[in-house]
Amino acid sequence: MESKFEVSKLNLHYGQFHALKDVSLSILPHEVTALIGPSGCGKSTFLKTLNRMNDLEEGVTIDGKVTLDGRDIFRDMDAISLRQRVGMVFQQPNPFPKSIYENVAYGPKLQGIRSKVKLDEIVENALKGAAIWDEVKDRLKKNAMGLSGGQQQRLCIARALAAGPDVLLMDEPTSALDPISTSKIEDLCAQLKKDYTIVMVTHNMQQAARISDKTAFFLLGEVVEYGDTDQMFSMPKDKRTEDYITGRFG
Amino acid sequence: MEKKSLFWKEHFWRGLITCCGLFVIVLTLAIGAFLVYKGSGTFTKYGHSIFEFLFSSKWSPADNSTGGGSVGAAVYIVGSLSTCGLALLIATPFSLAAAIFMTEISPKLGNKFFRPAVELFVGIPSVIYGWVGLTTLVPAIKKVFHLNMGYSVLAAGIVLAVMIFPSITTVAADAIKSVPIDYRKAAYGLGATRWQVIYQIVLPAAKPGIFTGIIMGLARAFGEALAVAMVIGKMRSFPKSILSPTTNLTSAIASDMGGAMEGGEYNTALWTMALLLFLISLLFIFIIHRIVAQKGEEKDGNK
Amino acid sequence: METNKKAKQIDRIMTAVFVTVAGFFLLLLAGIALLVIGRGIAGFEPYMLSFSRKGIGNQLFNTIYLVFLSLLVSVPLGIATGVYLAEYAKPGKLTNFLGICIETLSSLPSIVVGLFGYLVFIVMVGAKWNLASGALAVSILNLPLIATTTKDAMLSMPKGYRMGSMGLGATHWQTIKRVLLPACMPRILTGIILAAGRVFGEAAALLYTAGMSTDINWNNWDLTSPTCPLNPFRPGETLALHIWASRTEAIGADSVQIANFSSAVLLILVFAFSIGARVLGRRMERKIGGK
Repeated sequence: MESKFEVSKLNLHYGQFHALKDVSLSILPHEVTALIGPSGCGKSTFLKTLNRMNDLEEGVTIDGKVTLDGRDIFRDMDAISLRQRVGMVFQQPNPFPKSIYENVAYGPKLQGIRSKVKLDEIVENALKGAAIWDEVKDRLKKNAMGLSGGQQQRLCIARALAAGPDVLLMDEPTSALDPISTSKIEDLCAQLKKDYTIVMVTHNMQQAARISDKTAFFLLGEVVEYGDTDQMFSMPKDKRTEDYITGRFG
Repeated sequence: MEKKSLFWKEHFWRGLITCCGLFVIVLTLAIGAFLVYKGSGTFTKYGHSIFEFLFSSKWSPADNSTGGGSVGAAVYIVGSLSTCGLALLIATPFSLAAAIFMTEISPKLGNKFFRPAVELFVGIPSVIYGWVGLTTLVPAIKKVFHLNMGYSVLAAGIVLAVMIFPSITTVAADAIKSVPIDYRKAAYGLGATRWQVIYQIVLPAAKPGIFTGIIMGLARAFGEALAVAMVIGKMRSFPKSILSPTTNLTSAIASDMGGAMEGGEYNTALWTMALLLFLISLLFIFIIHRIVAQKGEEKDGNK
Repeated sequence: METNKKAKQIDRIMTAVFVTVAGFFLLLLAGIALLVIGRGIAGFEPYMLSFSRKGIGNQLFNTIYLVFLSLLVSVPLGIATGVYLAEYAKPGKLTNFLGICIETLSSLPSIVVGLFGYLVFIVMVGAKWNLASGALAVSILNLPLIATTTKDAMLSMPKGYRMGSMGLGATHWQTIKRVLLPACMPRILTGIILAAGRVFGEAAALLYTAGMSTDINWNNWDLTSPTCPLNPFRPGETLALHIWASRTEAIGADSVQIANFSSAVLLILVFAFSIGARVLGRRMERKIGGK
């Protein structure tokens, strides 16, 4: 299978700090890839590199190569069109202080879609795709801030879907949510991977084991181990991975 | 024994400080009461109608306590409105652009250099603005537009605009800054450009704060007396264009109060103007409160 | 892709617009400052600094004396009001109302305050223009600033301070006096200096209170005499008023130069106070922070 993202020898510095060291891995389409590791190990930084959100921060220097469907994301693509193809869901649900409808329609509108009919269709599909349509279809014009935390997060997923990406990056999407909302989002991921490639940072070992196909274990900016989730959780190759998974540190 | 004195002290200070707090209330009420008492004389003692005061342009109050003159202040009111309106028209876009520059485009330069510079200028006394306007702007306008004299609504508008510019900028910048970084991240994550993020996400979210800043600027412009009086020309007629001189409420009070007989019709009419200014400043406070309250509601998602 | 290209183009244009406006803004402000100070220096003659009818020495002294007098009233009252709001006031209608009162005071046009002062301190007392009533009038203007600074500073103190002190058996007042007020001092002081800076430039409120004339005899130290410099019940024209007066009642041939020079002095004073407040506030903050 052709890989979606191909990362080779990626190095990233925050000023003097070497945050990612020689990271190389390939992410396959229609899979959920989990990034695990202790805080500050570089997993979120790595995630943000995939849609160049790091560009917004100061003092970041990157070298190495990342390709999306064979195209170099730093040289052949610009950040704007890259981000339209690679959507992102953040740790804290962050809907805009606008109506539910406007939140979801934001991405398509950026891309120049003006037709009301077309927008309605995109919004409905995105909300259905994020399994929140039934809960909000009667109050699309209401302010999104009135939704519960779990609903807000699914709305943010719908917002990302509406922009028409083929990859979804999720940065600890359930860490601010209660267990019920968390399981809804996990179920959603399992469905979404039919149509999308998902890369997710998580602190929760069980979550990684439950929903991901591949897992990458980050430690101090390096990828210690990367492979099939089942394999990794049952018999990790590296001692450090085993220690982390079994809860001896981190 | 010692305990007792401690207890007594506690009560003494508490009482004293509470009195100070209450005094501020009394002071404010006193100012309001005096303004209403003196200002309403035009309508009660001298029997003019509120309609006449607000909408008539015939202004010749008698400078004695028998009355019988006319107190139409419409020219002054229009003068205040037109100069402040023009000032706002000039200052708002510039202030917004400056606020956006110091928060979104170059926060580093903004924090270190731009904001302190702007705050420094909030404190410049208005007479200085008036003086600079009088000695440079007025002659310049006269020359550029080939007028007999440069005193004009335009001159007053520009002087006021420069005055309220820093105030609006700092308040607007604070409002923009307090928009959660999460909104920006989300929009960037969807592939928006910086301008799209500013225009579609940040500015709408900061709207209540920006409006508050504009109203505060407007309030300052409305109450400004001397700077405007120096450049407006003090001519008692409606301005024909922004290039013609006129007068306004504050300069009338500033220049005529000293000569008018205490308690006379003229004096009372000037007090009515002061009362009007007071009511307008209350109105501005009310509007700001409404904006803040609405913002609170939106946050709770009740809208 | 076409949309993206356009969006990026607009982004670039708007960035250029913002940079231009910001640059223009700075140039304008710097231009005004340079113009005022430059013209002041250009027209300067040594006699302008003299403490006589011709110079502005007396006006400068009046300004500083008036600031001093007004702070004498507004500082204790303002701090007390701030402490009341932060520590003693119970949430309720009265406290809300006090908040609105302070807001009302702070947004009063200064000419209206001047009128009020004229009526109460001059007409009702039956006095002539005098410094004391001018000081009282401007106190009304800077009272809200000092009160809100004090309140905000006290409310921003960590809860631990209060708990720590009360936990040691201190009374509420002791806690305020020994712990909270000293810790808030940098911010309160900054507020006071800013308020003082405002008084320097205030003119409209003084027009009919402090008066537009000054007659000081520097050899007369009899406090009750109307020409004694320190007598607060004598008329005292300030620098700001002097600028205003030289425009409306241009008397001497050099009144333009005098007004230019007065503006420059006033501007430098205000800048010095504003920058001083900043530096002092930062330094004291650092000292208390233990760095």
